[in-house]
Amino acid sequence: MKDKELAIITVMGRDRPGLVAGISRVLADHQVNIEDISQTILQEMFSMILIVDISACQTSFEALQEALAQEGNSLGVKVLMQHKKIFDFMHRI
Amino acid sequence: MLYSKEEILETIKMINLENLDIRTITLGISLLDCIDADPQNAVAKVKEKIQRTASGLLPSARHLERKYGIPIVNLRISLTPLSAIIAAPVRGMNQAEALTFCDDFAGELDRACQEMGVDLVGGYSALVHIGLTFAEEVLIHSLPAVLSSTSALCASIQVATTVSGINMDAVRTMGEIVKQISERTEKGSGCARLVVLCNAPENIPFMAGAFHGFGNPETVINIGISGPGVIKSALQSQRGLPLQDLAQEIKRRAFKITRVGELIGREMAEALHTRLGAVDLSLAPTFKVGDSVAEILEAMGIEKVGAPGSTAALALLTNAVKMGGAMATSAVGGYSGAFIPVSEDVGMVAAAASGALSLEKLEAMTSVCSVGLDMVAIPGDTTAETIAGLIADEMAIGVMNNKATGARLIPVPGARAGERVEFGGLFGSTVVMPVNPFSSRDFIRRGGTFPPPIHSIRN
Repeated sequence: MKDKELAIITVMGRDRPGLVAGISRVLADHQVNIEDISQTILQEMFSMILIVDISACQTSFEALQEALAQEGNSLGVKVLMQHKKIFDFMHRI
Repeated sequence: MLYSKEEILETIKMINLENLDIRTITLGISLLDCIDADPQNAVAKVKEKIQRTASGLLPSARHLERKYGIPIVNLRISLTPLSAIIAAPVRGMNQAEALTFCDDFAGELDRACQEMGVDLVGGYSALVHIGLTFAEEVLIHSLPAVLSSTSALCASIQVATTVSGINMDAVRTMGEIVKQISERTEKGSGCARLVVLCNAPENIPFMAGAFHGFGNPETVINIGISGPGVIKSALQSQRGLPLQDLAQEIKRRAFKITRVGELIGREMAEALHTRLGAVDLSLAPTFKVGDSVAEILEAMGIEKVGAPGSTAALALLTNAVKMGGAMATSAVGGYSGAFIPVSEDVGMVAAAASGALSLEKLEAMTSVCSVGLDMVAIPGDTTAETIAGLIADEMAIGVMNNKATGARLIPVPGARAGERVEFGGLFGSTVVMPVNPFSSRDFIRRGGTFPPPIHSIRN
């Protein structure tokens, strides 16, 4: 089995029905597994954080980002995806 | 969760709300293997090497931007000081022929780099702190023509070191050259691409001072980070906090900012099959609210930069940034302080416009940060000797305090103190600062060498 390659997805905007379903569908379509998910409020904005494994993803990192951004557009939220390593560097010694 | 929500959102906030970015990825390239006595061959070799070596810079940077969600503002190249490369081709030429060759060479370089998507290229440089070779003299005298006919090429001239003292003949010449460049370029803007340096590090990622020093390997990646907004927002909510705790907060933030530089530097070096040379810890401002070093000092409790206490506040900031940053990278280099370029920092411009910040106070502040009188617009009628006097003062601060300093002064033709001037892009917009009207002409005209300080003799 391939080693996991983790990325962090942050969804920001107004909460609405179908948000989790919409993002999850894009991830499933790309063979991306959700490892962890949580929700919080950042400066009065809803935000959802997903930790995902992209090691089995069939497309490039950029293509997956694009698909997520498009889904975010239709849901009226901003979707960011960043490779896990930036969080390791900033928050772990 | 692998990380706490707070940690993830802190990163997101720094990038999206506090303007954290990588200011520059600068690829250093040695041109020593391009030296050729035939002028045409020399130019062709240099172009070929740059095109071959730097072809991966733009695509790799765009990929890293996407992968980590961090903006990379500028891509730059720094070259072996060009005076060393033109020495062989200009040998045997008279001065006029040599100047024409320099102009053509610089134009070719400028175009080649811009075609590759590089924003700025540094290394039109000479190290003349002891004296000048023929090639160095030619390069310096080519600056007015070269900087008025190019747009990406940056020049730096080192005229002083702590070990050798100050070459005051070169300082006097640079006063005249700055004046000539200003007269040949719109609003004197060509002067924004020239810095006169003391104790120049060989691995600066920032312009105009970046060059690929002789101690470097074939190629190297140097990183310039940004992040004044990240520090400022940390301090804003800390009113009344004692200074040691404030310093602690700055260190914590500086550490995180620098880690991003370290990550991008390592990955870029890997992508280009080279090594990470240096991460410059300096907090580089950009010309927008929330990305200003002056605003940090104001968040610390200084009403306007220039007020009494400004030098102390800046010293505290610089020191804390170094302490936090040095822990975050294995490759500290470049200037590694805090920048206070006037035209590139909205808070500095506002302070100068309101009269809070004088040139004299700015000079005092440069003794505790990097890199000197930087991006300072001065009246167009400032004499060459007065410009040389300002340069000499800044060089003396560097020489006596064993630190890197620089002078990037922009006499704006026709402009008087208090007038607004717009340079555009990263070079920003500023107000013309008044210069002390009394003269140092006779001091400057003495020329010769300013002897090195006694503490330079350390063996």
